[in-house]
Amino acid sequence: MNGWVKVMRISTFFYTLKQGIKNIWRNKIFSLASIATMSACIFLFGLFYAIVANFQTIVKEVESGVAVTVFFERGASPEVMEEVGAQIDKRTEVSKKVFVSADEAWEEFGKVYFSGDQSLMEGFEADNPLAESAHYEIYMNDVSMQSTLVTYLQSIEGVREVRSSDIAANTLTDFNRLIGYVSAGIILILLCVAVFLISNTVTTGITVRREEIAIMKLIGATDYFVRSPFIVEGILIGFIGSAIPLALLYVMYSRLVVYVGDKFIWLSNMLRFLPVKEVFSTLVPVALILGVGIGFLGSRLTIRKHLKV
Amino acid sequence: MIILENVSKAYKAGIPALNDVSLHINTGEFVFIVGDSGSGKSTLIKLLLKELDPTSGDIIINGKSLNGIRRKQIPKFRRNIGVVFQDFRLLKDRNVYENIAFAQRVIATPTKKIKRRVPMMLSMVGLAAKYKSYPRQLSGGEQQRVAIARALVNEPKILLADEPTGNLDNHNAWDIMKLLDEINQKGTTVLVVTHNLEIVKAMKKRVITMKKGVVVSDERMGESHAD
Ligand SMILES: Nc1ncnc2c1ncn2[C@@H]1O[C@H](COP(=O)(O)OP(=O)(O)OP(=O)(O)O)[C@@H](O)[C@H]1O
Ligand SMILES: [Mg+2]
Repeated sequence: MNGWVKVMRISTFFYTLKQGIKNIWRNKIFSLASIATMSACIFLFGLFYAIVANFQTIVKEVESGVAVTVFFERGASPEVMEEVGAQIDKRTEVSKKVFVSADEAWEEFGKVYFSGDQSLMEGFEADNPLAESAHYEIYMNDVSMQSTLVTYLQSIEGVREVRSSDIAANTLTDFNRLIGYVSAGIILILLCVAVFLISNTVTTGITVRREEIAIMKLIGATDYFVRSPFIVEGILIGFIGSAIPLALLYVMYSRLVVYVGDKFIWLSNMLRFLPVKEVFSTLVPVALILGVGIGFLGSRLTIRKHLKV
Repeated sequence: MIILENVSKAYKAGIPALNDVSLHINTGEFVFIVGDSGSGKSTLIKLLLKELDPTSGDIIINGKSLNGIRRKQIPKFRRNIGVVFQDFRLLKDRNVYENIAFAQRVIATPTKKIKRRVPMMLSMVGLAAKYKSYPRQLSGGEQQRVAIARALVNEPKILLADEPTGNLDNHNAWDIMKLLDEINQKGTTVLVVTHNLEIVKAMKKRVITMKKGVVVSDERMGESHAD
């Protein structure tokens, strides 16, 4: 790749750009096929990204609600409880821990079951029925680490019981992983197809221009000069092929957000879309870099193979 | 100055296309290279352009050994040499002006200079009026003039022509040869490969005759430059 950042004379730059566009134009069918495939790739990628980004926020919200509860040995002293707390703090997957004392647990219980009726609760004043229920509520920043954490917590001295809901954690983790695999798979396949098509387009272009390339070389054109129009061709195909689906996705997504917000207000609690700006401020640069990168790579590899100048 | 020292070239194992050729061509000379088909004339031209490398021996152009030129340096080296072929080799999708300008774009000439140089070259080869024509709209002689203008637009010190009149009738052939002579008068070293012995005899220049890869005669005719 060395040499591609070489400084170009302005006139040479425009000449190269013009030749690159000419390549695309002369080779309309192939260029169109490449742009179409590229558009499909980027469209799917964008669609996927929008879904994942939205899903991820839902997961995040659910995750932050998932807690592991740690109960202490019977008659544990405040020192022991503090020591357990210190052990919990050592773990990086823990985002937050909340200490709930036996009194607080009783109060909470009272609120729920006696509707906060003081007279009913006073009867138990002397002897808190939940005396042994002081505990830590632990919130995690990565649910996939839950089982590891539980094992660790159980090994801490002074811990009687660790309660957790494995199902919620596992389902979320599995779903996240599935999304990861599927997205990687789709992107890989599309990437290959796009590179293949661009490579074909550039190969055709090189074949058509063989004579011209031979003349250029005799006149004293550098490798760089001979190759540049084909690189430009690849980059332009990549750029157009990502700009079109991005525009399309933008229109679709913003319409969807408005439409759902309008017609399904009752849904807005469950289904909260990420704002258009938030999705596209990441998607636009990523998709453009991906498209241009694939275009560059496709033509670069082809030139290396067919244009031994 | 072009020097060949014991240059041989064999394409494959077998009879060499060039066999131990040694030559001296001075700056400013006009040289005809003649010989039977297959005698190695085009091979010689290709060696001078470093399209091919000699199997043995060395070529020195303007004090530089071609064996010492690395692949990366070839483009720069070729800019000192203009070249013309029998089949013109113009770009069919570009007009006369663009065909000549092309040679300048290749070496990153500023557009301003291109706009000045191309009309100069066009008037030199007598095609100023046809700058917008495409190659297919031109006669063979005119196409070769465009090719010559393209070869010279970057002001090379040496002009190589491999059968430049091979596709032309006698009248056009004479015009092209006279043009090449004019170019030589202005100081460019000119090497012309040709089968047109009538013109060769009439022009009274240095004539190198080849046969089966060997130089069989090297004569200076008439008032041609002395060594
Ligand atoms: N690319 C090649 N591969 C193998 N042999 C070649 C190649 N090019 C030329 N030859 C052989 O080398 C010899 C010299 O060829 P060259 O083209 O130099 O002849 P020439 O003098 O230019 O002939 P002509 O007058 O017909 O153009 C010939 O025997 C030819 O067959
Ligand atoms: Mg020949």
